[in-house]
Amino acid sequence: MKTYIARRLLALVPVALVVATVAFVLMHLAPGDPASVIAGPDASADDVRRIERQLGLDAPLPVQLVRWYGRLVRGDLGDSIFLRKPVTEAILDRVEPTLLLTLCATLLSVAIGVPAGVISARYHNSATDQAFMVAALLGVSIPNFLLGLLLILCFSVWLGWFPVAGYSPLEYGYLKTLRSLVMPAFALGLVQSALIARVTRSSMLDVLREQFITAGRAKGLAERAVVYKHALKNAMIPTVTIIGISFAILISGAVVVEQVFNIPGLGRLIISAVLRRDYPVIQGVVLCIAGVYMLINLAVDLSYIVFDPRVRYQ
Amino acid sequence: MSTEGARRPLGVLPDSRGIAAPAIPPQTLAGPQSRRGPGWLTLITRRKTTALGALLMLLMLLTGTLAPLIGGDPGYMDVAGRLQAPSRAHWFGTDDVGRDVFSRVVYGARLSLLVGAAVVVFSFAVGVVCGLLAGYYRRLDNPVMRVMDGLMAFPAIVLAIALMAALGASVVNVIVAIGVVYSPRVARVVRGSVLVIRETSYVEAARALGAADLVLMARHVMPNCLSPVIVQASFVFAAAVLTEAALSFLGVGVPPYVPSWGVILAEGRLYIQQAPWLVIYPGVAIMLTIFGLNLFGDGLRDLLDPKIRGLTSERQQT
Repeated sequence: MKTYIARRLLALVPVALVVATVAFVLMHLAPGDPASVIAGPDASADDVRRIERQLGLDAPLPVQLVRWYGRLVRGDLGDSIFLRKPVTEAILDRVEPTLLLTLCATLLSVAIGVPAGVISARYHNSATDQAFMVAALLGVSIPNFLLGLLLILCFSVWLGWFPVAGYSPLEYGYLKTLRSLVMPAFALGLVQSALIARVTRSSMLDVLREQFITAGRAKGLAERAVVYKHALKNAMIPTVTIIGISFAILISGAVVVEQVFNIPGLGRLIISAVLRRDYPVIQGVVLCIAGVYMLINLAVDLSYIVFDPRVRYQ
Repeated sequence: MSTEGARRPLGVLPDSRGIAAPAIPPQTLAGPQSRRGPGWLTLITRRKTTALGALLMLLMLLTGTLAPLIGGDPGYMDVAGRLQAPSRAHWFGTDDVGRDVFSRVVYGARLSLLVGAAVVVFSFAVGVVCGLLAGYYRRLDNPVMRVMDGLMAFPAIVLAIALMAALGASVVNVIVAIGVVYSPRVARVVRGSVLVIRETSYVEAARALGAADLVLMARHVMPNCLSPVIVQASFVFAAAVLTEAALSFLGVGVPPYVPSWGVILAEGRLYIQQAPWLVIYPGVAIMLTIFGLNLFGDGLRDLLDPKIRGLTSERQQT
């Protein structure tokens, strides 16, 4: 087991290295070097040169790359060009809404998706099953930002139940925050719940065909006990995987949904940075999200140890 | 979708972490029937959902290719008639500068079609070559696949945004950015099947007969690893359409003057209270397109499922 964990951790190193390199290369691909962006349109060539030297942009690329790794290891993402503060600080300022939104959306998608999948599998090929699966397929066909817009149209513009957009930070009260996150979380989570429902259903169907299920039924267990106790527990492995991956996917989905609801999170940060060519911020947010994504995937892999004893003995 | 997501369409594209995509049991295709090999059209239309998917795709294809015949000039502004509700003159209403939303949605189909198709071609070209090389030459396997893993460690939409930031807004750059995002996913699937096919006796036989590596790969390995990949095409297409719409919606995709569903939605968001049709019609267009692609892709996957590929290849031989 220890070797398994160690192996997984080691496997992360080359990926992280590639990720860091990609982020570095991306920003050096960009047209217009950062120095002239900082210096502004009226700056003289000398000014630009001076800023280049300050930022270390005059060094050869490989040297810059090595320095970049060094800074990353120390957790230094550089300074924002426009916000005039370190990128890490800018990210920390914006992380709360994004994390809360992702969390709410994940919970919501699990709360809808798992029961839907289980019921679908239990009544396999029935009208309920087919209705659920068509709904799920429709669900995965709606992009989250579109769903967000439709929710705004329906519940804010027409019914007036929720604020059109905006976010209320935690410090102004949990309930207010929750209220401002209801629609965004739905917009973000509903699509994922469709995915979770489909995965849960197919994994339940697989498990329900196993011999121990037949054995359970043969010894006279109630169908409920068979489905909800024996089958569900065994069917959860792929579902747990997909829940973990969901959280990771939803973080990046939040980037888009935030834009719909004017939520000041990481998504708004990166989009405004793209529009202002604030490369360090783009780089920082991308790395941050990719890092979280990688760690969650690692956690998902490691969770097999808990959920699937077969992995433990490999 | 986020666009995967953007959301990743269901259970396809295996993940970077090496977690196998959850297996979905083939739900259709009773074995003996397909042995005789009915035509493609019969296979597709046998299942109603697949047929519906094909129909929706056909609708989009026709709308996209015939856009100039169906819609008017998507850029024509009639400022006096701005934000008009749908009427006989303007079926889908007009936008904030008086452009006809119907024409813009129709031309949006054209853009989506273009982006979707181009991304499929791009990501397949890059993905198949990388996958073949990585699967065939053991020496290349590690370096190529580590780069692919690294690219896949980024969430799709975030990588696409970053690429767009680096490349700048244009239709071609959108295609390149989304293509780069999805190539590694194709490469992974290809490599997986190459690893299996490389060890088969017919490849060994061809090698024994003195076939050069390139010939081997092109004539024997590639054709046989394509069928699991082709299934991905409709999902990559759907993901590309979604990602383009999301990028354009965020304002980092195609330039604002290009009629794109995402661009229309971004404008519609600002006028959602006065002019809901700006959101509804392009929204329905996106939904129907993705729904069609997903239905069709699901059907296609069941038809070409690697688990029942024995049947398919038998059919090809007869």
